[in-house]
Order: sequence, then structure tokens, then C-alpha cells
Amino acid sequence: MRSTWIIFRRELASYFATPLAYVFIVIFLVLAGTLTFFLGNFFDRGQDDLQPFFSFHPWLYLVLIPALAMRLWAEERKTGTIELFLTLPISIGAAVLGKFLASWVFAGIALVLTFPFWITVNILGSPDNGVILASYIGSFLMAGAYLAVGAALSALTKNQVIAFVLTASLCFLFTVSGSTIVLGFLTGWAPDAVMNAVTSFSFLAHFSAIVRGVIDLRDAVFFVSVIALFLFANAVLVELKKAD
Amino acid sequence: MDVMIEVRHLHRRFGPILAVDDVSFTVARGEVLGFLGPNGAGKSTTMKMITGFLAPTSGTAIVCGSDIVTDPIAAKRRIGYLPEGAPAYFDMTPASFLRFIARIRGFDGAEARRRIELAIERTALHSVLAQPIETLSKGFKRRVGLAQALLHDPDVLILDEPTDGLDPNQKHEVRTLINALAPQKAIIISTHLLEEVDAVCTRAIIIAEGRILADGTPGELESRSRHHNAVRLSLGNDGIDAAGALMRLPGVASVEAVDDAEGRGIVIFPRDGRTIVTEVADLVRTAGWPVTALRLERGRLDEVFRAITTTRAA
Repeated sequence: MRSTWIIFRRELASYFATPLAYVFIVIFLVLAGTLTFFLGNFFDRGQDDLQPFFSFHPWLYLVLIPALAMRLWAEERKTGTIELFLTLPISIGAAVLGKFLASWVFAGIALVLTFPFWITVNILGSPDNGVILASYIGSFLMAGAYLAVGAALSALTKNQVIAFVLTASLCFLFTVSGSTIVLGFLTGWAPDAVMNAVTSFSFLAHFSAIVRGVIDLRDAVFFVSVIALFLFANAVLVELKKAD
Repeated sequence: MDVMIEVRHLHRRFGPILAVDDVSFTVARGEVLGFLGPNGAGKSTTMKMITGFLAPTSGTAIVCGSDIVTDPIAAKRRIGYLPEGAPAYFDMTPASFLRFIARIRGFDGAEARRRIELAIERTALHSVLAQPIETLSKGFKRRVGLAQALLHDPDVLILDEPTDGLDPNQKHEVRTLINALAPQKAIIISTHLLEEVDAVCTRAIIIAEGRILADGTPGELESRSRHHNAVRLSLGNDGIDAAGALMRLPGVASVEAVDDAEGRGIVIFPRDGRTIVTEVADLVRTAGWPVTALRLERGRLDEVFRAITTTRAA
């Protein structure tokens, strides 16, 4: 636990040691605002909720989260620090968890900084703040799932650009599985069980359920399971690829 | 002897290539073991396995009683490791980097500060503590790596090419540091510089193609050289016909005329490494040759190294 905490602190500080953190937060906020107000017709629809704001999060994360996750292991492998890092008296679990939590908390900070939207909607009307809170939690969980995928894929390569592309691609599949893009490809030959399994992996479906205010434990469990699965894969991949 | 590192039948396979092939040795406290070998011989791979970075295909290493394969965390606590090229988190400053290392090694508060201060002092890092590591010179980066390895005062130090790429003064500093640490620790350094073995090592292992080809003190290895106990006479510019008389001396195997950086001279090789220096000196005196210098050769490590590492490859 102690080493996880120490690794977490170093990793989080390293985000802020470079301009990456500030660039990321600014772009995240600008894009979130643009999408909400222009594409989401926040004012014109005349409803006091944050539905248009949250509905763009999966697509926003698809572009931005891989940029946050790509450096986690690829950079360590590129610069050779992985050899230093993994010969310290720490377990691989602590290493994987510490890094992941740092990136997740960073994403959380970016998410918290969207609070002006919440203030705005509270000034203009009287929204259901319970639904908004649930949506924030759902968005945070979904960010964690994207990050876990990105962290695991980042362990596959020394090249951050490759890590970015792989993560964005796999996250895209996860996001849209269950939509016609993926199901159309499967229809006609895949058995129903496979269709259902693929559909149930859709980030979009689980996230929309939470955003609608239907707080189903199964949706939260889904994201937590994805995180756990990919962190496990992350540890395995690090062990497998670290010396290449 | 207080054995600190015991390497048992280490093997490591990368696909079809056997990078390390049945390497076994022990290192005791007070020993500085030099790992010598051509590039790609398996030096770094062996070190990566001893430090627990790379899992051995078979075999293991016991570090201070802890098995690196079955109890890696306990073993890693006792090791200070400088990986090849001295990697460090370049966006950190040496001060924050060493604080991170201290914390992760379990030191807090005053204890951490004391250890960081000591490591900084030993590696003379005071002047660069607040600069990002990426802006430091190669020599300082190497020292940051050393400071990190020394911070917890480990019983075992494993240094992969600690002086590679440093200028002669920096090399000297690092070697002085290793010599100062040597009595309390078991140290392994890898190098392809033979002078380094002479300067710091109490023992040397020559490794090529993953196998140990020789294991002994630098003196023992040098005695395998053709030049061991050979005598060199420097003759200024006067050539003399001394070969015949020298050949008649007992114990002399051959005589060669040389003309190298040291000038013109004669090298007299003994039979079976015998000591022939007194006989040669007596002959020089009685014959009255214009000899400007007479030197006893210890043997040439580079010659032994080349002989050992190339005969196998051929």
C-alpha cells in the first residue's frame, strides 16, 4: 500500500512537471464547453440538466484519454527507467496500481474542473443534482476504464504514438460495440450469445444508463470489472515485455 | 568468507539464442568482481537477472540469503543497482528523484534526509540538486544513478558499466568511490575496459557468448599472458645483435625485436612463465649493451582477453 502511494505521488507530480497536464486540462475544458454549447444546444433545448454535457464524454475521452495513458509504461521502456523502477523493492501490483491511480486522479481533476457547468445549470434552473452527481461518478468510472485499457496497451510498446493509436482503436471498439457499426459486422453469422456478449461490452450503453439517472449497480460493476481486468493484463504485459 | 551473492546455474534464453549459459559464481564481502566481455556477451543480461529485472530461464541468484526468484522484494532491498546508461526520471531534479528513491526504500523524515545528504556528498551532487536531470551532463547523470544505488547503503552493489562515456577525471572519481566502498560491500561491475579491472577489481570473470571462460584475480589472468614475466629492453636508437646471446640464457623461450610507441627494443619471452629478469640484467651488464631501460612485464590483460574470447568464437 505504502509503495503504491509513493508511486502514485511521483506519477501524479510528473504529469504536472511537463506542460502536458495544463494542455490536457485546457483542451478538455474547451472541447467539453464547445461540444456542450454548440453541438449539444445547451441553451436552446431549455432543459435544466447536464445531459448534453455528459453525452459527449465518451467521444471526448476517446481522443484525450489515450494521450494521458500512452506515456505510463511506453516512456519508462523508452528511457530505460523501467529497469530502475522494477528493481526497486516493490511488487508489480503496486507499480501498476500506483501508475493507474495517478492517471485516474488526474482525469478526475480535469473532470472536477468542469464545475462551472454545474453552477450554470443551477443558476438557470433547478436540476436534479442527484442525477448530475451520478453522471459525474459514471463519467469518472468510464474514464478509469479507458485509462486501464490505455495503461495496459502502453506496456506493449516503447513508442507512445503506437500506444496512443492502439488505445484509441480498442477504446473505439469498446465504445461502439452494441451499436450498428459493430453489430452489422456480426449479424448473420455470429451466434446470439456472441452478439449479446459484444453488446454488453459497450461503454456507451452502460454510460448512457448512468447518465439517464438510472443508477444500476451493474453499470458501475461493469466499469470496475473492466478496470480490474485491464490492470491485471497490464501487470502480465509489463512482466512479458519489460526486457524487450 | 562472507558470501553475499551466490549465482547458481543461471540460464537465459531469448527465442533461439542462449544469452546466458550456465553462469555460476559467488561474491564475498570485500570483493569487487569485474565482469569482462565483448559487447553482447551476456554481462548485462546476467546482471539483470541478479537484480530481479529479468526472470532467469533456469537457475537463480541468492542475494544476502534471499532468493531473487522466490523472494524478489527481500533480495531487491539489499541491492543497489546502476543499470546500463544510468537511467533516471529526467523531468525530476536530483533532489526530488533521491527523495522518491528514499521513500520507496522505506525511509522517512530525518532518516531519509540523512541518507540523501550522505548519498549527495559521496557523489558530489550539491551543485546540481535543483536542475532537472535531463539538463545535466553525462557525468552528473551517472553520479545521480550512483547516488540512487548507494542511498540505502546496500550490502550488494551491481554497477553496469559505471564509467562508460565518462572523461578520464570522472572515471577516476567513480573508481575512487568504488574503491572506498569496496571493503564493506560485495560489488559487481561490468566493463569492457581492461584498465578498469586493474584499477578497481579484486577478481575478474571473463564472459563470452553467455559462458564464463575465466575466473581469477587480475594477476592470475595476467599470468596467462605470453607477456607474463617477459623482459623488455629499450635500446634507444642503436640496434645491437643481442638475440643470439639472449637465446642462450636458460629459461628463455624466444626473443623478438620490437619497434613501437616506446621506441626500438627487444622483448625476451620466458619459458613457462619463469622469472628471467636477473639473468637478463646480468647479461646486459656483462655485455655492456647500451640499454636505456629494462622492464619486467606483468602480462597483458587485453592479450588474455582477446585470446580467450576469440578462440571460442573461431
